[in-house]
Amino acid sequence: MTSRWKVAGALAYRQMTVLIKNPALFLPPMLFPLMSFLAFAGGLSRLSQVPGFHYEGGYTSFVFVFVLLQSAAFSGVFMGFNVARDFETGFARRLMIAVSHRTGLILGYALSALLRWATVAIVLTIVAIVARMKIGGNGVDIVGLYTLAATLNFAGVLWSAGIALRMRSTQGAPLMQTPVFLALFLAPVYVPLALLQGWIHAVATANPITYLLEAGRGFLSGNHDVVLLAFACGVGLGALFLVWAVLGLRRAERAAG
Amino acid sequence: MIGTVAQVLEIARRSVVRTLRQPAQIIPNVTFPLLLLAINSNGLRAATHLPGFPTNSFLDFFIPVAFIQGALFASGTAGVDLARDIDNGFLNRLALTPLRRVALLLGQLGGAVALGTIQAIVYLGVGILAGVRFESGVAGAVLLFVLAVLLSLGFGTLGILLALKTGSGEAVQSAFPLLFFLLFLSSMNLPRNLISIDWFRDLATANPVSYMIEAMRSLVITGWDTQALALGFLFTILMIVLGLVGSARLLKTRMART
Repeated sequence: MTSRWKVAGALAYRQMTVLIKNPALFLPPMLFPLMSFLAFAGGLSRLSQVPGFHYEGGYTSFVFVFVLLQSAAFSGVFMGFNVARDFETGFARRLMIAVSHRTGLILGYALSALLRWATVAIVLTIVAIVARMKIGGNGVDIVGLYTLAATLNFAGVLWSAGIALRMRSTQGAPLMQTPVFLALFLAPVYVPLALLQGWIHAVATANPITYLLEAGRGFLSGNHDVVLLAFACGVGLGALFLVWAVLGLRRAERAAG
Repeated sequence: MIGTVAQVLEIARRSVVRTLRQPAQIIPNVTFPLLLLAINSNGLRAATHLPGFPTNSFLDFFIPVAFIQGALFASGTAGVDLARDIDNGFLNRLALTPLRRVALLLGQLGGAVALGTIQAIVYLGVGILAGVRFESGVAGAVLLFVLAVLLSLGFGTLGILLALKTGSGEAVQSAFPLLFFLLFLSSMNLPRNLISIDWFRDLATANPVSYMIEAMRSLVITGWDTQALALGFLFTILMIVLGLVGSARLLKTRMART
């Protein structure tokens, strides 16, 4: 166990070093959530006046939770690109030869994704506070919100790592990000679930991201809603994609001979 | 003069063929704006209940955004392709031939315009099938198509400009979010008069992309709005001219270096 965590720690350290030295890799995952937040909070705030829109925290808080979850998921997905790049450059093959517990590699990439997202989340939160986001929840609620987002980050990195370990090429990038993008935007992004109509309401109701979003918004406003279901969805997605990533690792091992 | 036209056509043919030979590039570029259109036209439908919202259909309101997104993607393709030419030395070899710089510049935009044309046809077709009705009639749909193709040309010149400035495909791709930022800070989601945050409304008002969207939108939901159309075409043509002039200056430097 100790060895597995040593591998994870060393890989996470290496990933963070690469990231710090390459702003081109670091900036897009940072800019996209900020862009989304500014566009949604600034451009769509009038939506809070739509009849039936009931959210105590105001529109800035309403969209902040979505953007926070989006940043968590995409920080995970972007780490999948790194896994694929490591295979393309041959670094991943050398790693697989060198380490005794290869599942430590998956943990290492997951830890890197979490650290990467933490920096994005800090900047995003500061920007949101400057934009006068209302926080109705207490400290425990806020911890709950960020923990929920972390589960999505974990699920995101394991999903994309699973693809990267199978394809071992950055050409798999669209396959990593498109389903995540769709899952996120097929949730109640701009208005509450009750205000969605037609097919998108049916899809959003069946979408686990919806419950993470609703629970997150509940945490931020201080009015808890669907918390257990949200954590079940988050942890469930994480567990499912952990199996997916480990099976991908086994396939990569077989491919390496 | 005939020689220059022939050179433009030859470079354009190469650019178009190179673009069309990459389905992995075309398919996401065409489908991604359609996905966003499907999601946002339903997800933001509640906005039509706001007092003063200009139409009952968010699809009608939002469809111009698909054309702009498509043009932005086409600009990325044009920029990355030229950056690749710089990177692999193709531009250096061209510098040894009698090819005129203007021919290279205009020809390189062929791929972006071809992709923009395909996108415009697809978005118009899908929009009409999904129930978009043009208040300006068939002539309005044709004018929207023309504006969409001009936008592909305009954003294509920005892609070329970025490629010539940086000479790197990665740098062009990294700058791409900044172009997208222009779209995000526009009146893409709500009419400017319904944007309640002052700083955002001011930014959207100062953003030329708002006028490009509003020109297209006017053809769908208003009819013939001369002011909106004049502003939309003005900013589009201005973007093309500035992009071409800037690219020509950069190309002069880059080809002189070779």
